[in-house]
Amino acid sequence: MFVFAVLAAAACSLPAFAVLGEDVSSVQADRVHSNASMRVTTAQNYTIHELRSATGVVVREYASASGKIFAVSWQGPTLPDMKQLLGSYFEEFQKAAQSQNRPGGHSPLIIQHPGFVVELGGHMRSFVGRAYLSDQMPSEVSNQEIR
Amino acid sequence: MKFSAMMALGLTTVSLACGGGSSHKNSMLPIAVSASNIQPIVVNSGPAGNYANGLFTSVTVCVPASSNCQTIDGILVDTGSFGLRILSSAGGGALTLSLPQQKASNGTVGECTLFVSGYTWGSVNTADVMIAGEQASNVPVQVIDPTFAAVPSACKSAGVPENDSLQTLGANGILGIGPFAADCGEACDQTGSSNPGMYYECAGSSCQIAAEPVTQQVQNPVALFPGDNNGVIIQLPALTASAGSLSGSMIFGIGTQSNNSLGKAKVFPVNSSGEFTTTFKGQTYPAFVDSGSNALFFLNTNTTGLSTCSNSSGFYCPSSTQNLSAVTSSGSPSQTINFSIANADSLFSNRGDFVFENLGGPNPGTFDWGLPFFFGRSVFTAIEARSTPAGTGPFWAY
Repeated sequence: MFVFAVLAAAACSLPAFAVLGEDVSSVQADRVHSNASMRVTTAQNYTIHELRSATGVVVREYASASGKIFAVSWQGPTLPDMKQLLGSYFEEFQKAAQSQNRPGGHSPLIIQHPGFVVELGGHMRSFVGRAYLSDQMPSEVSNQEIR
Repeated sequence: MKFSAMMALGLTTVSLACGGGSSHKNSMLPIAVSASNIQPIVVNSGPAGNYANGLFTSVTVCVPASSNCQTIDGILVDTGSFGLRILSSAGGGALTLSLPQQKASNGTVGECTLFVSGYTWGSVNTADVMIAGEQASNVPVQVIDPTFAAVPSACKSAGVPENDSLQTLGANGILGIGPFAADCGEACDQTGSSNPGMYYECAGSSCQIAAEPVTQQVQNPVALFPGDNNGVIIQLPALTASAGSLSGSMIFGIGTQSNNSLGKAKVFPVNSSGEFTTTFKGQTYPAFVDSGSNALFFLNTNTTGLSTCSNSSGFYCPSSTQNLSAVTSSGSPSQTINFSIANADSLFSNRGDFVFENLGGPNPGTFDWGLPFFFGRSVFTAIEARSTPAGTGPFWAY
């Protein structure tokens, strides 16, 4: 049920990704301005745009049929640019992360706000996480599919 | 994480140097207490007095090739990271000794070190590092210092909090003794867009991302000991009930002395990300062993059936204690691990307790075998490319 196409990488300086909550057209625009390669996968109710940056971080952007990015996930040796990735939700993420700060900084960061969820885990040299807009998920899509 | 009044730690440099001499009546393990490669470790509330399941030790740092030294206790023992980081007095830490800064072609070297829910920022300095009877010379270490240059925007854009104070770090430093020798590796020696932006060249207060050769990166001090340098063993007694503190041993070397042989421990090689796998309810997930994680952090409520807490954010709070089981594996070697998860809100309600066997929490798609995994086990961490009687690292064995 999955099909994908590999698109050529374009070279520029900053790795940049599309933004949570914005239109999928920003994926294509960002890819051109990034050093990322991209793969598109189609599922029943959404498409996944997977970008691999030069730092080895893989970012997946989940776009609804109407073209809105309702979820992102990431995995790699470092974190992606969360400011770029979360867009208008970055400030909410940053504030929540500050208020949840616990001694050590080694435990996963789980933020569950109404309509906005961020989960961040891993360790030095390997980070993994996801963020999604829970009230903007297409119907019949489970958050278990965001990974 | 709970916050409570500072407890008396009852821990001094002298008692650490003498091995503590505590008894371990609740342990099935014989805990080694005294030899030149054995360092006492303790689980307690730490120097900020509020750490749950924090494993601490003391480390002596010296200006290289001098007798100008300082012993610092309350250093977190962390098999999930690589390299020694010490909190400067400017950040409220114990370090007052001035260690020479590592020079770059135009200024000094700075580092933004990402942990999962925070980052540390500061300079890279050079120290001789002494732990138990072992000494590593000219070790690149990070001095965590909020007053060292302005935090670069690339570091801030991770969005996670800066851990640059005793209150936010909960420790006087972090001793990263995981399975790699350097904290970043080859990626940080690259120029251009493939560099992850961990190392910086700082002129005055202005810092630019810079390539940092692997051997100049912050190093796991164990890898630089003259002997006993292929890995480390963490030994902690089993725990039958939550407690205020728990004492154990950190033993350097694997199969290098009579006191650090692998015995019947099973060996689990780890991949280039420092991970192996864990199978839970028929599904296999990436996994790692991390003494610096203060609970067993795994999966989510949907897959575990464990609800999260109303008070203690980031932990599980089942209505009654749940007995669970998972299988750790790395290719053919595998081992079943039985564990229990209790209600974290209930555990934290006893203000005198700081050591918890049944503390758990969610973690996206991953199994993090945190500190409770170490209770009642000898856990071996072998360093990459180092030979041991059971083969070459990196691996975990237990």
